[in-house]
Amino acid sequence: MGTGALARPGRAKPGRIQQSEMTDRPELAQNAAGRMVPTMVNGKPQIPYLGVGQYQPRGRKAAPPVRSSRDYPENGDKRVANLETALRKCGLRDGMVISNHHHLRDGDRVALMALEAASKIGVKDLMWFPSASFPSQKGAIELMQSGVIHHIEGSMNGPLGDYCTQGKMRGMGVLRSHGGRWQAIQDGDVHIDIAVIAAPTADPFGNADGSHGKSACGSLGFALADSMYADHVIVVTDNLVPFPCIPWQIQGNNVDYVVEVDSIGDPAKIVSGTTQITRSPDRLRIAEFVARFLRETGIMRNGFSFQAGAGGIALAFVDYLRRMMKEDGVKARFVRGGSTKYLVEMLQEGLTDYILDGQTFDLDGVKSIASDPRHVATSPFTSYNYHGKGNFASMVDAVVLGATEVDVNFNGNVVTHSDGRLLHGIGGWQNCLASGCTILAVPSFRDRIPVIVDQVTTLTGPGELIDVVVTERGIAINPRRQDLLDAVKGSSLPIRPIQDIKTEVERICGGKPARPKLGDRPVAVVKWVDGTVLDTVSQVA
Amino acid sequence: MSSVNTAMSEHSAEAGHWGKDIRSDLHVALEPRDGGGLEITLESRVGPYYGDAILSQTRQVLGSLGVKHARVSIHDEGALPFVISARLETAAKRAGLGDEKKALPDQVALPDPSTRDRLRRSRLYLPGSEPKYFINAGLHGPDAIILDLEDSVHPAEKDAARILVRNTLRAVDFGACERMVRINQLPLGLQDLAEVIPETPDVVLIPKVERPEQVGEVDRMISEMKARHGIQRPIWIMPILESAFGVENAFAIAAVSPNVCALTIGLEDYTADLGVAKTTEGRESLYARTRLVNAAKAAGVQAIDSVFSDVADMGGLRRWGENSRSLGFEGMGCIHPGQIRVIHEAFAPSQVEIDKAQKIVAAFEDAQQRGLGVVSLGSKMIDPPVVERARKLVARAKAMGKA
Repeated sequence: MGTGALARPGRAKPGRIQQSEMTDRPELAQNAAGRMVPTMVNGKPQIPYLGVGQYQPRGRKAAPPVRSSRDYPENGDKRVANLETALRKCGLRDGMVISNHHHLRDGDRVALMALEAASKIGVKDLMWFPSASFPSQKGAIELMQSGVIHHIEGSMNGPLGDYCTQGKMRGMGVLRSHGGRWQAIQDGDVHIDIAVIAAPTADPFGNADGSHGKSACGSLGFALADSMYADHVIVVTDNLVPFPCIPWQIQGNNVDYVVEVDSIGDPAKIVSGTTQITRSPDRLRIAEFVARFLRETGIMRNGFSFQAGAGGIALAFVDYLRRMMKEDGVKARFVRGGSTKYLVEMLQEGLTDYILDGQTFDLDGVKSIASDPRHVATSPFTSYNYHGKGNFASMVDAVVLGATEVDVNFNGNVVTHSDGRLLHGIGGWQNCLASGCTILAVPSFRDRIPVIVDQVTTLTGPGELIDVVVTERGIAINPRRQDLLDAVKGSSLPIRPIQDIKTEVERICGGKPARPKLGDRPVAVVKWVDGTVLDTVSQVA
Repeated sequence: MSSVNTAMSEHSAEAGHWGKDIRSDLHVALEPRDGGGLEITLESRVGPYYGDAILSQTRQVLGSLGVKHARVSIHDEGALPFVISARLETAAKRAGLGDEKKALPDQVALPDPSTRDRLRRSRLYLPGSEPKYFINAGLHGPDAIILDLEDSVHPAEKDAARILVRNTLRAVDFGACERMVRINQLPLGLQDLAEVIPETPDVVLIPKVERPEQVGEVDRMISEMKARHGIQRPIWIMPILESAFGVENAFAIAAVSPNVCALTIGLEDYTADLGVAKTTEGRESLYARTRLVNAAKAAGVQAIDSVFSDVADMGGLRRWGENSRSLGFEGMGCIHPGQIRVIHEAFAPSQVEIDKAQKIVAAFEDAQQRGLGVVSLGSKMIDPPVVERARKLVARAKAMGKA
């Protein structure tokens, strides 16, 4: 059975949630990773994870209804007075799916604006489908309590994460990677009724972009699928320019209405002024190990590529690598962002030909993407979508990621803390595992809590895709990667078996940590990149 | 306290730290009572994982100290077991309990005994009351770590730091680092010795030394305690000269005992004593430092420089270190792990020096083999002291992994 077929029951009544199908104790099945996962989630049948590359999708992609220029103004002016009017014109009804992107991060105002407008209209039981949620959107909790929102499918952390793991949400949370979200939309697993897209710049036709304007955020790639597959698309901007909005990443041809507002977000929280490299000597040590690992294995060579996030260790890694590249006269073909000042400087110094940017983290990144044609905005379709004819992630030579836990079989957890509370979204983490060399750069313990464990609390990434774990106490290479083990023979890097590091850390911490008591009621599922169910997040006892 | 009776009585006491910004420490409030056993309340950052372990450790530690009846309130910020024991013991002792008993944590294997002339390029200062810095200090590869009981510890926390440092020497693996302790000025420093010597630090630093008798007193106490505890390993002494008077007595201080391994200098106090400003060039202390080098060499011990206190100025640190080496120093202190690498580079001989020294050593060995009394390299005759210096340099370079 394909995901295309899976989507069909939902398509008769788009986005409707069959309340009767929601039970506290859904049927569970064991998947190929040995995890027990629900066979129904929010009224839709699920396929348990089958193994990396084992699931073969069939069927055709989903598509929005055919539209006609007949129904849109010839002068291209799609403006309406406000969001409420736009939502009414889109035919907002009970049970619909409303989506938002998270490029404005914790500074976003548009998502709550849209949900509150829906509340004013008086609809109930919406499914909110953000590409990620942030602590400043905790107002969504009240809307869940009042019945406007039925449940959220998208990353949840902070107050929303707690609400979900305490079992207070009516439906089940569904956590997807950035690529997995595109896959779900494209395959019809999730059908968006109305996409509300915050746009730092837009024209009255609906062309929109993120690189200019007072609320500039860089790329708008996370909103692209929403704009292409939703039944209705509303663009909300605080910087309306006359047609044409140049450049445009969102095509007005997909847009129904344009709404002008005073402010789409708080610029101070959209991008950070400066992204900070860690100053912790222990974390700097980890970062330097990672850079040296790439140099000594020969992965750092002319024409190579890498990706690193915007966390403290990742930034420090980029700084070390950049120095080593200069010393060795090595140039990258491309680097993948999350872009920051450090990647931008590498571009300007000629250490890379291109930045392929998924999201833009700081002011230097935003300035660069707006002015340098070698700094290119990408989308989860090009970068991450597993149900496409390939994607960039598997072409990246090395990726440096974090994790909350990693186990002796190299399985990784990035979504929950070891006490079972939701902590992070998956982001691009799962998608990045496809790279040539996937490196988790983590401290071996945090506040006495070991990061290297016997078994991860929540499986987010299968160990067969995780090649190297770098800690301040040593570097563990996955035994499946004999080539990497051979490449570091004779190196002065502290290469150690992962079990060895775990034993040392358990001695330091005074024994293995107790396993927290988790409830057996599923409150969320973790999807794999192909839409199958990888693991279950249970209610915290 | 007016009477012996109240002075000896038990009372409530606290130890340790907690709060949002505190890491790897815990706070204990202990209230002795006449009966009812131990009543323990615990709030912990790591409660779901180690809450039970902390409770059972608390019972075990207080039990071993003979504390039977008390209310104990613990706020834990992810403290490791050796810190938990130290804070509990401190609270108990402050409450007038526990007598002479100790609650010692599990012991890690000791590193190889230290030698008098081992490599001492860098010693990383760790404040004795900040447990979060201890566990990973050795990873950064200084030649030594130094657990400080003196200036970095508030006078009201000396008892707590002493117990914490004792437990640290016992329970923390510092890898190949030499384990040093800076005690307080005498006579307080003698109490420090009583607590830490049984855990065999490799080197004891004595601050503000002015007269050889001060070193002698420490030396005697260490020897007595070593005999009493059956300690075979050497425990070396490094006096710190921090005054004009101390510098004047440098040779006598260095030569007072064969257990002195090095002389070092504290420039903050020394420049204050002179009434001059401390500069990053160090002109004002040139006399003191060269005098110290000369005295140390005359006594056959190492000369070790002070610290460079601007942790952001790596260029200044490198210049200081290179200058310091050229004056005859063999190492210096560091106050941040980021300084270690720069210091090691600054104190390493250059490749040109190493190459030249290796040629001289080779010429010497060649002459020995051929039974020649005179060593020559090309057309130049090499004097014995030059050979000796070259041999030392090559040995040093080998120890640094450079030759």
